[in-house]
Amino acid sequence: MTFVDNYPKATRVVKASFIVAFIALAIGGLFGTIQALHRTNIFRGFVSSVEYYTVLTGHGVLLALVFTTFFIVGLYQWGVSRSLDREPENMRFTWSWFWIMTIGTVLTTIAIVGGLVPGSSISAAVLYTFYPPLQGHPLFYIGAALLIIGSWMAGADWFRSYLVWRKDHPDDKIPLLTYMTLFTMLLWYICTIGVALEVVVLLIPWSLGFVTNIDPLLPRTLFWFFGHAVVYFWLLPAYFVWYTILPKLSGGRLFSDSLARVAFLLFLLLSTPIGYHHQYADPGISIGFKFWALVGTLIILLPSLMTAFTVISSMEHGARQRGGKGYFAWMGALPWNDPAFVGVALAGIMFAAGGFSGMINASLNINMLVHNTAWVPGHFHLTVGTATALTFMAITYWILPQLTGRTLKYKKLALAQPYTWFLGMTLMSNALHRAGLAGIPRRTAEPEYAGFAFEAPFGTIAEMKWQIAIGGVILFVSLVMFLAVIVRSWVGGERVPNPVDDYIPPPLSGSEHSPAILDNMKLWVGLAIILVLFAYTFPLAEMVMDGLFSPGAPPSPV
Amino acid sequence: MHIHRFEKIWIGLSLFLIAVCTGIVIYGFVALDLKVPGIADSGTIDPMNLAETEFAQPGVRKVGENEYEVYMVARQFLFLPGTGRPLTLPAGAEVTFHVTSPDVLHGIHVSGTNLNTMVIPGQVATFKTVFPEARTYGMICHEYCGPAHHTMEGLIEIVPPSEFDETTLLTSR
Repeated sequence: MTFVDNYPKATRVVKASFIVAFIALAIGGLFGTIQALHRTNIFRGFVSSVEYYTVLTGHGVLLALVFTTFFIVGLYQWGVSRSLDREPENMRFTWSWFWIMTIGTVLTTIAIVGGLVPGSSISAAVLYTFYPPLQGHPLFYIGAALLIIGSWMAGADWFRSYLVWRKDHPDDKIPLLTYMTLFTMLLWYICTIGVALEVVVLLIPWSLGFVTNIDPLLPRTLFWFFGHAVVYFWLLPAYFVWYTILPKLSGGRLFSDSLARVAFLLFLLLSTPIGYHHQYADPGISIGFKFWALVGTLIILLPSLMTAFTVISSMEHGARQRGGKGYFAWMGALPWNDPAFVGVALAGIMFAAGGFSGMINASLNINMLVHNTAWVPGHFHLTVGTATALTFMAITYWILPQLTGRTLKYKKLALAQPYTWFLGMTLMSNALHRAGLAGIPRRTAEPEYAGFAFEAPFGTIAEMKWQIAIGGVILFVSLVMFLAVIVRSWVGGERVPNPVDDYIPPPLSGSEHSPAILDNMKLWVGLAIILVLFAYTFPLAEMVMDGLFSPGAPPSPV
Repeated sequence: MHIHRFEKIWIGLSLFLIAVCTGIVIYGFVALDLKVPGIADSGTIDPMNLAETEFAQPGVRKVGENEYEVYMVARQFLFLPGTGRPLTLPAGAEVTFHVTSPDVLHGIHVSGTNLNTMVIPGQVATFKTVFPEARTYGMICHEYCGPAHHTMEGLIEIVPPSEFDETTLLTSR
């Protein structure tokens, strides 16, 4: 008996969500490889340098917004059903959020890909940050709004399940998987207010021509109200896996239930008020507010550093259960032949490197050296591009058999896949970081200039280009390996009663030791809202007081 | 709540790291004058009417013994001054840049330096610097601004003060 036998209705929606996620991953990954070859000038035959920006928009939207969100709703539906021991309360509602998200994704994708169709009047080469006055087709914004609305409904679905469960369990602590789901969604509700206001109040009317001009700073600020917290929306589901599943895959148990809860509630409190750190280089926002974002950003290191401790100590506990000895030699006793374990562990190692480059980005004035250079994609391909994406791929090797009732096929290919990803990302990301220090910009089709040449502080520009291009190709190979394993296992795995060991042992220090206040959602949401108001009231008031659409600039369709 | 002794030590070290990082940024700000753009003294301006502002005539003005102000417009897909003809300034002078855009978001990064700012229609990015030695710097747009974004570049030519041609300066304001 596994998940599909216990929760057949939930299984279907988890599988559907994963299918959309993996299609987005395949297209977005292909686009990424085209970019890696194009901007390094290794091969520019796939698209023109104008179309490059359409490809870049597709890469960002399909991976950062679609792949992540669909995988997350699938993963969290799995976690909620399993930990509350319930099917969704009303399948019609559950399917309606899935379809609203999917229709939104299709509309946005049509708007973007239209830019690659000769003669098409539809295009939206606005990149995934869609800063106005660059203007995409209205379908781009309408689709994005539907994707977010659908994700809100998914959250509401899980809260509903929780409230029904609560009636039967008035005194229990919230099961950890559900706790993490609900706290992530609380964070999501707070931060998406910014992007929802931006898209619905400002951009949709403007893209339809109801208003002509737009004040560029206000929507940009509303975007970053959402845009930093969204990285925790990507990261927390990876933490969900690291806290609850990785210890089991290591052969052990979670170190501390209560500190896992503390980490999640710290993210709820701190994620949104620090969005300004993406606007350190913006005129029109006072330096005082930027300092507040700096302090908040550095404090949010704490829950990530706590996670590092818990994850490593849980793995060490697992390794010692498996007979590991010594200060460091225990690492050799970990299950390095299990693809799910290997992928999640390598994702964690890369996240540590990404965390350090993120500390540079966070440091207000030091960030001026690297702002909008290739350093930045170097950083976030370690975080969302590996910590999140590789964790999601790897844990699919463990969850998919629970959804299909079939065993994993191509196990050797599955085992090689995370190592391949790690290799490709090591090449690409180290070179992108160093290219950024040389001043090479991000988001540029041809980073070569007529009047001057870049000087590399470490290595050579030519060597960096080759590392980026080769790394990008290796990552695509890894992606194809992943998809081959998944497709083959989905349709061709052997049906057995227990295709994978899905038992999750209780933590060493369990929820009975965790104070009830950690489960008090009203308290933490209230505090989170106060912190957001403290950070955003004055700067937003300053931008809005001279008129919502003023100082106005005319639209620039792309 | 039970917290293991090792984890208490780890949390202590983490808080120490956070304090050190904050301290480094504040030290840079106060002692090394490493600043970031903020709100311009002039407030917001109307991007559709730059003709009625100092940006009507982009260029360099001398405002003190060794002090200059640069009024620069970044637009699709050039810097004025900077693209076509280099922006020329004397070494060792105190230079204040004022940059704005009439169309979409742009960015400026003077390659190999920490002169790096967004350029936003309606806002004026202001930053001060000193170029210590005579040499040429590349300057690029670092925020995607449209189909020819990758062609948007300019040059800053720093010359020895004795060779600086003051006839290129704008006089009126």
